[in-house]
Amino acid sequence: MRLLKLVPDDTNIDFLRWRKVASAMSIILVVISIALVAVRGLNLGIDFVGGQSVRVEFTQDMPPIDEIREKVGDIGLGEATIQQFGSDKAVSIRTALPDGGKATAERAGQQLVAGLNKAFPTAKTGSVETVSGKVSEELLRTGAISLALAMLGISIYIWVRFEWQFGVGALGRLFHEVALTFGFFAVTQIQFDLNSVAALLTIVGYSLNDTIVVYDRIRENLKKYRKMDIIPLLNLSINETLSRTVMTSVAMLLALGMLLIFGPDVIFGFTAAILLGVFVGTYSSILMSTPILVWLKVGPHSFVPRTTAGIEGGERVERKDDGAVV
Amino acid sequence: MLDFPRWKTIGISIILLLGILFSIPSFLPEKTVNNLPSFLQAKVNLGLDLAGGSHLLLEADIADLRKTQLANMEKTVRTAMRGESGPDDDIAIGELSTAGGKISFLVRDLAKLDAARERLFSETRGTQQQMGQRDWNITVIDSTRIVMTPTGAGQAEAVKNAMDTARDIIDKRVNALGTREPTIIREGDDRVVVQVPGLQDPAALKELIGKTARLEFRMVDTNADPNEAAAGRVPVGSEIVPYAVGEGNGAAFEVLRRQVMISGEQLINAQQSYDPQSNQPVVSIRFDSGGSATFAKVTAQNVGKRFAMVLDGKVLSAPSINEPILGGSAQISGSFSVASANALAISLRSGALPVKMTVVEERTVTPELGADSIRKGAIAGIIATVSVLVLMLVVYGRFGVYACVALIFNVFLIIAVMAAFNATLTLPGIAGFVLTIGAAVDANVLINERIREELKRGRRPFQAVELGYTEASRAIFDANVTNVIAASLMFWFGSGPIKGFAVVLTIGIVTSVFTAVTVTRMFVAHWLRTKRPTAINI
Repeated sequence: MRLLKLVPDDTNIDFLRWRKVASAMSIILVVISIALVAVRGLNLGIDFVGGQSVRVEFTQDMPPIDEIREKVGDIGLGEATIQQFGSDKAVSIRTALPDGGKATAERAGQQLVAGLNKAFPTAKTGSVETVSGKVSEELLRTGAISLALAMLGISIYIWVRFEWQFGVGALGRLFHEVALTFGFFAVTQIQFDLNSVAALLTIVGYSLNDTIVVYDRIRENLKKYRKMDIIPLLNLSINETLSRTVMTSVAMLLALGMLLIFGPDVIFGFTAAILLGVFVGTYSSILMSTPILVWLKVGPHSFVPRTTAGIEGGERVERKDDGAVV
Repeated sequence: MLDFPRWKTIGISIILLLGILFSIPSFLPEKTVNNLPSFLQAKVNLGLDLAGGSHLLLEADIADLRKTQLANMEKTVRTAMRGESGPDDDIAIGELSTAGGKISFLVRDLAKLDAARERLFSETRGTQQQMGQRDWNITVIDSTRIVMTPTGAGQAEAVKNAMDTARDIIDKRVNALGTREPTIIREGDDRVVVQVPGLQDPAALKELIGKTARLEFRMVDTNADPNEAAAGRVPVGSEIVPYAVGEGNGAAFEVLRRQVMISGEQLINAQQSYDPQSNQPVVSIRFDSGGSATFAKVTAQNVGKRFAMVLDGKVLSAPSINEPILGGSAQISGSFSVASANALAISLRSGALPVKMTVVEERTVTPELGADSIRKGAIAGIIATVSVLVLMLVVYGRFGVYACVALIFNVFLIIAVMAAFNATLTLPGIAGFVLTIGAAVDANVLINERIREELKRGRRPFQAVELGYTEASRAIFDANVTNVIAASLMFWFGSGPIKGFAVVLTIGIVTSVFTAVTVTRMFVAHWLRTKRPTAINI
């Protein structure tokens, strides 16, 4: 049986030739993302701003959004945010809490649901959520803390397991990925809520996974080929791990794509964000996390144990001369 | 490394079989599970977003608690100063104030200052006395005035006690609703989480637990001049109490005596029933013997006057006493519906909450939406898993088959471990599931790519496979440790959905490494040993 090979054998692509272009592009994208978040803002869900949110499902054809907006406006709860779910006949309707209440979500929801039932007698309310301002502030804080700590904790681990340059590289890459994901939420205006934070953390985890695989190979090759220049060595490491990078990404994109198409619309935004994260992550593994090492001047000396440096000379061999029969 | 001793094979097989065995109950309907032996009863719980139901987060009003605490201490001080053995024992006090959260009063007879302090000392020792912690600090200023300040430890203790009691009372009230398996747990210092699966309408639930249900019967002050009262001036010993919304037939308030005739603590039962005359829903209550005696005595003394039923500081009704009420039972009337009368009856039966609780977060999902999410989530999960399996087969051939079998075992193991820990599966949890599958696939990809590489370098099959596993393990280990770091941080700091995601991810990482590395290695080793292939197609 002939097996499928996603990447041909023995690729030898000079990826690092594009490192300046790629880095410039990454920086531009990060800047654009930050600008988008600043200018356009995120569509923050009630988890983070407080308020009430009701999911309404229409049994027959869904009335136009403008009509829904008008009728919700008549309930008298102020400006409503109305968002359509996937392809379903369902919308999420979001408003502030009735009395602008910071402390209470006591009677919230009821008024909105009652009003909706009156305006659209055939529609069903699928879920009701109310979050008071106080709780949403806490959720925002804990969400931000867990994201920051996850990034920091992981970078420290890499620093301990590898060298400081790798830790910095990982942190830089994480920042890149997280910034782009925020940009994605700003562009699409997909609701940013607690699930989105979970998505961000997933992207962070996945990114790291990728970084580690490539860094592990770089470390291995740095020990093996002491005399090789850093750029060819990084190119070699990327090429050697290329088929794994592609295969894993394809598998992930496949799984997430299925979840996106067939999964419940409630996690649509969540899945879409991770999907983007995997896509960006694949690019980053190749063209983002490795060039950082060039600038941070990683070299064979990074892994030479200081006392035994001279003794291990036997390992100074050229590539493909490591005892294997070619 | 490829040397697999028999005991290892047996051990791994037992773990895999146990995984399948313990994951079975989670796939079966509840009725069937109940017939299984008890060690097989554990199954994965479905989160409210999947099962449908209500999640409420309640927060105690600590300021309200401090106020009650202060009022109680004020009462204690007055009682203590009254003395036990008659009027000779009294200590005359004056200018009692509770301003600024402290109690301060003047002792009129200076000779009795020390005696007064002594009496208060025994009242305020607190439960932490062995540690030298007192509930209140007592100081004397200007040699005439006693000032009592609540200590931090005393206040923390009071909050803790109040929250424990509040949790128990909420538990009683929610259970009275008769829903299945509600969860009521304390969270943080001043919060209680209530989760009721399968509930359609949270309004009744909120009605039930949102009420403090502090019931008081108090006499209406008939000496008060209505015009004076409207201007806010009332006789000493009385106060203005507003009517509850919709009660009072146009009257906005009543002037009531401060003294409480009977309180809700003296109830032994409360039931929803109907008023025989008007056929309106009411709440019938019964007092305990002490309460009955007091009620009989007071009503006998005050025929022709009115008393008021006060619930949570609002007057419900203020009927006239036509004749002494001797039987120890009464009816609370007001504009009730059957449901609200029933809710009040339950609240009264379970006792008053020691502190006012407000709902600060609510999430309700209807069971239909939950079922829809489950169905779509399961379908998507299966399709996603199958497509990944196909990809593995097409790319890695025989090694792909091993990876696939390991992957399927992984799914069973995750479910089994979740069931064993009674973990809850939420919607983000399903996404975490998919991600774990991704991690398991990645581990196999790493191993298989490495084997390919080593073969290309001209190594013999045995050596290539051996190197593939050892060299790839390093990266797999590092990658999964970082994921565990991320997952545990999510678990500690995250809330709700993030936690559900972290639980599945953590369990999944452990089982993925086990199945993707150890289990596949067992398969490969067995194949290599029995077939001794000279070439590997990978």
